[in-house]
Amino acid sequence: MSTKRTDSNVYTIVFAVILVVVVGSLLAFFANATKEMRDNNDKVKTQIDILSSMGVEATRTNATEMFNQYIKKQYVVEGTTATENSEAYLIDVKKEQDAAKTGKVQRLPLFIGEKDGKTIYIFPVRGNGLWDAIWGYVALNDDLKSIYGVFFDHKGETPGLGANITESFFKDDFKGEMIYDKDGNYKSVTTSKSNADPNNLDKTDNEVDAISGATITSNGVSAMLKKDISLYLPYFETLKK
Amino acid sequence: MADNKTKEKEPLFSKKNLGLVKDPLADNNPITVQVLGICSALAITAELKAAIIMALSVTFVTAMGNVVISLMRNIIPNSIRIITQLVVAATLVIIVDLTLKAYVPDLAKKLSVFVGLIITNCIIMGRFEAFALGNGPWKSFLDGIGNGLGYGIILVIVGFFRELLGSGKLFGFEVLGNPVDKTGLYALGYHNNGFMLLAPMALITLGLIIGFQRSRNKSLIEETH
Repeated sequence: MSTKRTDSNVYTIVFAVILVVVVGSLLAFFANATKEMRDNNDKVKTQIDILSSMGVEATRTNATEMFNQYIKKQYVVEGTTATENSEAYLIDVKKEQDAAKTGKVQRLPLFIGEKDGKTIYIFPVRGNGLWDAIWGYVALNDDLKSIYGVFFDHKGETPGLGANITESFFKDDFKGEMIYDKDGNYKSVTTSKSNADPNNLDKTDNEVDAISGATITSNGVSAMLKKDISLYLPYFETLKK
Repeated sequence: MADNKTKEKEPLFSKKNLGLVKDPLADNNPITVQVLGICSALAITAELKAAIIMALSVTFVTAMGNVVISLMRNIIPNSIRIITQLVVAATLVIIVDLTLKAYVPDLAKKLSVFVGLIITNCIIMGRFEAFALGNGPWKSFLDGIGNGLGYGIILVIVGFFRELLGSGKLFGFEVLGNPVDKTGLYALGYHNNGFMLLAPMALITLGLIIGFQRSRNKSLIEETH
């Protein structure tokens, strides 16, 4: 093979550097140009998810309007105090959880929704499934003891198995479940494989059916609920008084 | 498929150029004949809509990538040519991914990791290496479109059968009736075949398509030794 200009080392290195700079700037430009739209999409998705936990199905076009209609107040809870903050839904739960690990007080968003004259308390939960993060929203009735509804989503659970936590057959089982046992001790709601109540008629057993073939994702849901609901209990105690 | 470096002007849509688009649709199909890009063909064909978006995304990347590589073919240093191709493919894929996230966020979430995995689709690197490095931009563009569509047409065929037989729907519409309310075909006792939604049936469907194609075109059948 004859030696060509493009075979020299200097040429190759210069070419590589130029290529990387050009591609880098191109992508940075593109990421910036679409950033606003992508951020807005994420915001709207959060609003849809929060509404979904209280049983309101919104679409991308009417989400913001519905959100303003159904969510009456937004708070940031720190320990036992809550401050009103109209942008509480934008709080990044993952960042707050990471900050809490370093000893900071976790800022907890809390949304007060109202539907059919009932007050509903909604807050986010986040944990780990089998492959990656799982998250969701829990809506409590105004007795602060039973679940009004839930919403779950995931980053990369197995389709057809763990990914089914987003399906209504799983989420609907949570409706009405108590998070305290009969003696008033905090139990959260666990997913169970040996549930003696397959039709989920007993709402005081603190258990719902786990998903077959998705044990680790189901356990992840249990752990996520147990930990993240408990974070709000100190504040809820002050409300009950 | 080397360029003959003919000097005389060729019409834009000469027979040879049209062949670049048509051949990959059937007799030189990247999936059924060259057997490239099988993995994504199995993964995202459970729904027709996802299959079509995937097909369009891959067509965009093969066509644009082919043009870019073809324009750069005389200045790419031979020793880093594969990496250069990879960078071009990756850049285009990220652009597709960002665009989908900005304009069709719900669908982008469904396709999730598979858009990123277009980078590893053998068709793309295969066309860059085998065609764009040796041909002009217009020819490369046609070749990219042809191969992208050739890939896409198989995806759509597989997606059609999987969604229809697996969930009884097409584009999300319940064309066979509602399985819960027992309307349409379901009233006669028909059941969806859930197995169609799993990857193995995608492979079998693909196998049937390959078998059908070869039964119609005997020249595609390899010699047995």
